[in-house]
Amino acid sequence: MLDVIDLNIEFHDHITPETVVYDFDLHLDEGEIVGIVGESGSGKSMSALAIAGLLSRKHMKKRGQILFDGVDLLTCSRETLRKYQGNDISMVFQEPMTSLNPVKKIGWQVGESLRIHTALTDDEIRSRVLKMLEKVELPDPEDVYDKYPHELSGGMRQRVMIAAALICEPKILIADEPTTALDVTVQAQIIKLLKRINEKTGTAILFISHDLSVVRMLCSRVLVMYHGRVVESGDVNEVFDNPKEDYTKRLISAIPRMEKLRL
Amino acid sequence: MNRKIRENFKLYTGMLISGLMLILAVIGLKFTPYDPNEMDVSSRLAGISMAHVMGCDNFGRDIFSRILAGIGTTMTVAVGTVFIGIVLGTVVGALTGYYGGRVDEILMRFNDAVLAFPALLLALVFISVMGPGKYNVMTALGILFAPGYARIIRGEFLRCRNLDYVQSAKLMGAGDMRIMFVHILPNAFQVMLSTIAIGFNNAVLAEAGMSFLGIGVQPPDPSLGLMLSEAQSYLFVRPGYAICTGIAIVLLILGFSMLSEGLENNA
Repeated sequence: MLDVIDLNIEFHDHITPETVVYDFDLHLDEGEIVGIVGESGSGKSMSALAIAGLLSRKHMKKRGQILFDGVDLLTCSRETLRKYQGNDISMVFQEPMTSLNPVKKIGWQVGESLRIHTALTDDEIRSRVLKMLEKVELPDPEDVYDKYPHELSGGMRQRVMIAAALICEPKILIADEPTTALDVTVQAQIIKLLKRINEKTGTAILFISHDLSVVRMLCSRVLVMYHGRVVESGDVNEVFDNPKEDYTKRLISAIPRMEKLRL
Repeated sequence: MNRKIRENFKLYTGMLISGLMLILAVIGLKFTPYDPNEMDVSSRLAGISMAHVMGCDNFGRDIFSRILAGIGTTMTVAVGTVFIGIVLGTVVGALTGYYGGRVDEILMRFNDAVLAFPALLLALVFISVMGPGKYNVMTALGILFAPGYARIIRGEFLRCRNLDYVQSAKLMGAGDMRIMFVHILPNAFQVMLSTIAIGFNNAVLAEAGMSFLGIGVQPPDPSLGLMLSEAQSYLFVRPGYAICTGIAIVLLILGFSMLSEGLENNA
């Protein structure tokens, strides 16, 4: 369904161009969960933003292809891209504090994609939104519908974000470190929620994280990125049990365990 | 006095004064004790009496009636000015702040050019081209105020355009206009509120100033600035004329400043 071939991303907003992603390849099938792991600045978020079509076409040069159902998202018209955005590809960001508009009510924000992509009436949108809020396991959807983002906790906000991303039943959900800003118990809930949604609706998930244990729990395949390159990729158990690259080995050994740390 | 009123002293006082002025303005538009333009030679420069609570001016017109009508005129001009300014400023600020790049450069340089002229001079130019009068003053001042608003609103858009919720709206497939005016604009309201407050006060003063100089509202239309300018000739004979008009201007501005400050503290 999604094929990224030889994607290179170059920044052109300074005097010297800077390449942040080299020869990125990715294949995502329907209903699959693929993880991208790597340290900060390894280019994983950049690749995700490129797939979502959120990188400025002016300041960044992109080479390669991002094929979604055979259409190259890098060269298609803005209108075509906009049709896919929200409808087929959507995204959940890292920071639930800033990814919701502070002056709009939750219900309005969750229904925004429907308002843009469909011709549903306000009542139909409302009922779909309420159903969606229920699906992401928010308690008392009617109540949440009329609340503002600041009235919700971080975990609830992230659920709202997921609801907003999934309302149009997209084929791909890009989750850019969706649990990094949450505390551990809430993290586990969100991960489980994503897994359940994937099983129920068949939405493919591109899961970006630097938390290896989470990736192992959730994903079937994984890409390991380092300094803008994919250094290793394959089946999640294969990569974690028999890491071939030195970097992957070091990454795995850096997972904190429940042992007494000698500092 | 309970705590809530003490904490929001400015808000409530501002609301009280502004409300009072608004009521006076509305009354002034519909009903005044005397026709504000009716001259009565026999009561020229009449003092305070039961018939004329603030006395009469040099043409024998009732000052209280003229102040009521004048508040209405001045308020209309101020509101109109701020409205024109804020609409123009928002459009320019939104486009420049959101798109950046060449749009920003071109529009903002034009903006700077307007800002670079002394306001009164530019107002004179506008008026001499369009002719004096209430509506032309509104338009001229509105255009003059717009660049300042544009700068402030541009800043807000610049701040908001890279925030996650804007990115997320983009990803939902929202078009540029929808993002600018539905997603970002409501976030700029708080900043706009203080700008509107300052703008309103400046507009009252600018209208008074222009009318004082004779390029604003034209006689016989009553306006606070115009009346102040007439009153100065009789400052020693009838100081009450200037004082009453001055107090009306002060109250108009004071009420609105306090109201806006109170609102800001509450936000």
